Amino acid sequence: MTTPSARTGVISDAAAAPAARLDRAAIARTVAADIPAGAYVNLGIGQPTLVADYLQPTAGITLHTENGMLGMGPMAHGDEVDPDLINAGKIPVTELPGASYFHHADSFAMMRGGHLDVCVLGAFQVSIGGDLANWHTGEPDAIPAVGGAMDLAIGAKQTWVMMTLFAKDGSPKLVSRCSYPLTAARCVCRVYTDYGVFELAGGAAHLREPFGATRAELAARLGFSV
Amino acid sequence: MTFTIADAASAVADIADGSTVLIGGFGTAGQPMELIEALTHCGATDLTVVNNNAGNGQEGLAALLAAGRVRKIICSFPRQKDSQVFDALYLAGKIELEVVPQGNLAERIRAAGAGIAGFYSPTGVGTMLAEGKEIRTFGGRDYALELPIHADVALIKAYRCDGVGNLVYRKTARNFGPLMAAAATTTIVQVSEIVPTGALDPEAVVTPGIYVDRVVEIPSARLPRSEENGQ
Repeated sequence: MTTPSARTGVISDAAAAPAARLDRAAIARTVAADIPAGAYVNLGIGQPTLVADYLQPTAGITLHTENGMLGMGPMAHGDEVDPDLINAGKIPVTELPGASYFHHADSFAMMRGGHLDVCVLGAFQVSIGGDLANWHTGEPDAIPAVGGAMDLAIGAKQTWVMMTLFAKDGSPKLVSRCSYPLTAARCVCRVYTDYGVFELAGGAAHLREPFGATRAELAARLGFSV
Repeated sequence: MTFTIADAASAVADIADGSTVLIGGFGTAGQPMELIEALTHCGATDLTVVNNNAGNGQEGLAALLAAGRVRKIICSFPRQKDSQVFDALYLAGKIELEVVPQGNLAERIRAAGAGIAGFYSPTGVGTMLAEGKEIRTFGGRDYALELPIHADVALIKAYRCDGVGNLVYRKTARNFGPLMAAAATTTIVQVSEIVPTGALDPEAVVTPGIYVDRVVEIPSARLPRSEENGQ
């Protein structure tokens, strides 16, 4: 396993910290390095799509997109753009040799049936018990939109989350208990953040290696030991 | 029996007020734009529409919503950057919304076409979208009862069709098409090209003609150069 090095993609705002906080590219690189060779993977819309840029072409990783394709290639540019070939975020993409197309019921059977090895999702909140909240803020005038998030969260063999550890207002997003409406219960096993990677097991979060703050500082801000 | 219809307006002319209409597409990929426009013009109202989304921009499904023809929409992902038509109707209380997780939406449509009265899905269990649903435990895991979505009409888009209604699709525009074709009493398809019967490889047919009632040929915009000779 590789760990993102300090010379690539760091934010230098943590003077007394053990190592600088990870930026989005460094988080994406860490996720990519952890994906096993030969895996079938779904990258959720938003930040997780960055992971594709760091996958090793030799690792034989196949990307699934929920709208009905395996073997999805990079984003399409110029003449490659085809309105019939888009990803889950409705962005034009390309197909790789060996790609296949299928209808929506097959695409979600692949998830629900446990055929995908890993999915990587964004989140509003994750609890240390593995509950995921990433579809609805719960505000009364918010228009709910779930898409494939609930199917993905419970379907893949492993559900990983990629997010900042703290919201813009400074409140933790890794929490004892989610206050936002749940996407799925007890489904997340790992959380990739700007402060490091948290392994979730047995109702506790274990931080692999802290970035941007000490373990004790993070425990104090989060309200539980890491 | 599949009938070839000369134009979109004739193909949708008998859609009745109060119908449940499945509309294919994921965003604009696979959205049967001309059939939806014809439905908007034909005036049928009080519709229940089933689509993955709730309209993009001002055209197609968004225009049908803007015309006030849709009482209820069943979809997985209404809120998008360009869903302003739906957003305004919803916030004004002028349209009913049922949000369904995307996989449950697909499987409920599939179940309707396959004669399945209901199924137990793990998706949504423990969330507000499974509230009020029957929960059963199988092998230590909880599942919620999901019911099929039957429809009066399906409007879908395919790539090619032969004389007996066999369909092939193009890339990710396939999405809900094959499921919706089977789940409606009357399935109306717009295709880019009608080819002679026998010209489609039977091994490559995705939707057999038994599910297809009406076909309208509507040539699409020019395809990328690599595909001009067809595949």
